[in-house]
Amino acid sequence: MSSATVIAAAVALLAAVPLLTASNVVLNFLIVTLMVALVGQGWNVLGGYGGQYSFGHSAFFGTGAFATAIMQVRYGINAWAAFCMGIAAGALLGAVIGALCFRSGLKGAYFALVTLAFAEVLRIIASVAPLTGAGVGTLIALDLRPEAFQFRSRLPFYWIMLGLVTLSLVIARLIEGARFGAWLIAVRENEDAARALGVDVTRIKLAAMIISAAIAAAGGCFYAQYFLFVDAGIAYGPWISVQALLAPIIGGAGTALGPLLGALVIKTLGELTKLVAGDAPGLDLVAFGSILIAVVAFAPRGIAGLLSASHDRLRLGSTLEPPATERADA
Amino acid sequence: MTALGMLSPAIVLSAVLNGLLMGAVYALVALGLTLIYGVLHIINFAHGALLTAAMFAALFAHRLLGLDPYVAALPLSISFFALGYALQRFVIGPASHGRDENYLLITLGLAVVIENALLYAFRADTRTITLPYAFDVLEAGSVFLPVPRVVAFAVVMLVALLLWLGMRFTDTGKAIRAVAKEKLGAELAGIDVAHIYAVTFGIGTGCLAIAACLLIPTYYVNPQAGNAFVLIAFTIVVLGGMGSVAGALIGGLGVGVVESLSGLYLGESLGQIGIFIILILVLLLRPSGLFGARA
Repeated sequence: MSSATVIAAAVALLAAVPLLTASNVVLNFLIVTLMVALVGQGWNVLGGYGGQYSFGHSAFFGTGAFATAIMQVRYGINAWAAFCMGIAAGALLGAVIGALCFRSGLKGAYFALVTLAFAEVLRIIASVAPLTGAGVGTLIALDLRPEAFQFRSRLPFYWIMLGLVTLSLVIARLIEGARFGAWLIAVRENEDAARALGVDVTRIKLAAMIISAAIAAAGGCFYAQYFLFVDAGIAYGPWISVQALLAPIIGGAGTALGPLLGALVIKTLGELTKLVAGDAPGLDLVAFGSILIAVVAFAPRGIAGLLSASHDRLRLGSTLEPPATERADA
Repeated sequence: MTALGMLSPAIVLSAVLNGLLMGAVYALVALGLTLIYGVLHIINFAHGALLTAAMFAALFAHRLLGLDPYVAALPLSISFFALGYALQRFVIGPASHGRDENYLLITLGLAVVIENALLYAFRADTRTITLPYAFDVLEAGSVFLPVPRVVAFAVVMLVALLLWLGMRFTDTGKAIRAVAKEKLGAELAGIDVAHIYAVTFGIGTGCLAIAACLLIPTYYVNPQAGNAFVLIAFTIVVLGGMGSVAGALIGGLGVGVVESLSGLYLGESLGQIGIFIILILVLLLRPSGLFGARA
């Protein structure tokens, strides 16, 4: 499913959009969708390939966003440099949280709980610390020059975002093809067996966490540049933690294209619920949550899994057995 | 110890007692969580959203039906037991295919659905109810104790006692303990494990309805109200040892006192961080909890 040609086709399709329309609404929709796909790819590296489910990826997204904004506003650093520093800050935080968690042997629900708690601690600190602008947040001054990573139209933002997503797809593909990826998947499938075969489980998980955090932070850095504003609730709020895991799980966790597919699905669905509900908040997330439950229940490998299953069926002319599952009451 | 000397003993004593009273409600929320963990071995991430839903139910039982929250506690706990039973039996259980990571995702999905359905229906407004006894205080020497919290403490102790007796002496309680200890063996002995799972989840959810009725006289409701309690409950459960009922009670009371004292010395927002830091530290250093056996 996520062969190089399919990925290239998907990217080409997205690259063709600006040729077809100059609509700001469409571009804005796609930029935000791709941003979720990017953060989702970050989650996917750790959660999809490595099986370590983080419920607090906003910690990395928010740190990237705040670092980008603070470096510019408080220290007068160039926006592009600040962008890179934001990614580095996210990766560093990933290294710290990862080292703490994996050295203590936390996994499964405990890992989810600790990541959630870290994100909450950061949110509370950011909502009182003067450095982050406390309750008011941080506003990046308007400076519409490419040198300042600000543009008059949405198009350059779209190309940059598409470039970042493409890069994240390439990274995911490289991981899939590399020995590191095989180790990571081995850890997901059976950590004890992987360890017995000589895989340095803690190091592999830590490396995945750092890559994952850096990619999620890049999404946050972009958010800060695109909207020119961050506050504690946006940066470290549960909205991004939830979407970061929804996109890959709905699209297909542990596949390179999964996060992009899932982000397109949830964002389209979000627009549809807006048509129904108007400005009233909440209905989009009700739909997301229901889809999450439905996907876990009926399509454990996500949309990518459904697509490749039907593809295989066509090619082999036979019905594949669904993956063996154990009933809860068995 | 010098810090304690700065405030008069009466104020510190009153903070400790108030912390104990508040801790009892935390303990009840944690009791549901730890029971579900102890038997199903899952962390129920929908616990907070279900508590919020129960608080809304208690609020509307008062506004629309004129039911006093303490009276509503019984019918609400029964309906929330049924809700929890149905959720586990017909949604969480079948959808998870018995895989731990799926339980995480399904309960998270439920939390997102419930919380946002409440947000859509009632907006982000914060609501309260007014009761004649909400501000009554008991005077015990130099210490003043709010009556609703004293009632809450008594009710929680009663519920804990009833749960303990139920677990000890009823057939269902014995079946629950059997499933918690040895699922396969229990099943071979003819116990309907899916039913017991659902009963346990129902009891945990029923505890939330009682907690909600105890909270509503002095607390507010909005679609996120339950989350604050549940993160505290996670801390208590982790502190007390996942699945340990006694640990949940002691941990709940302890966290109530810690929160009350840190609020007194450090101020509100830092006191909140204190809870999370305890949570992270305990998980990192001693994931089996202070009282629990190895997970």
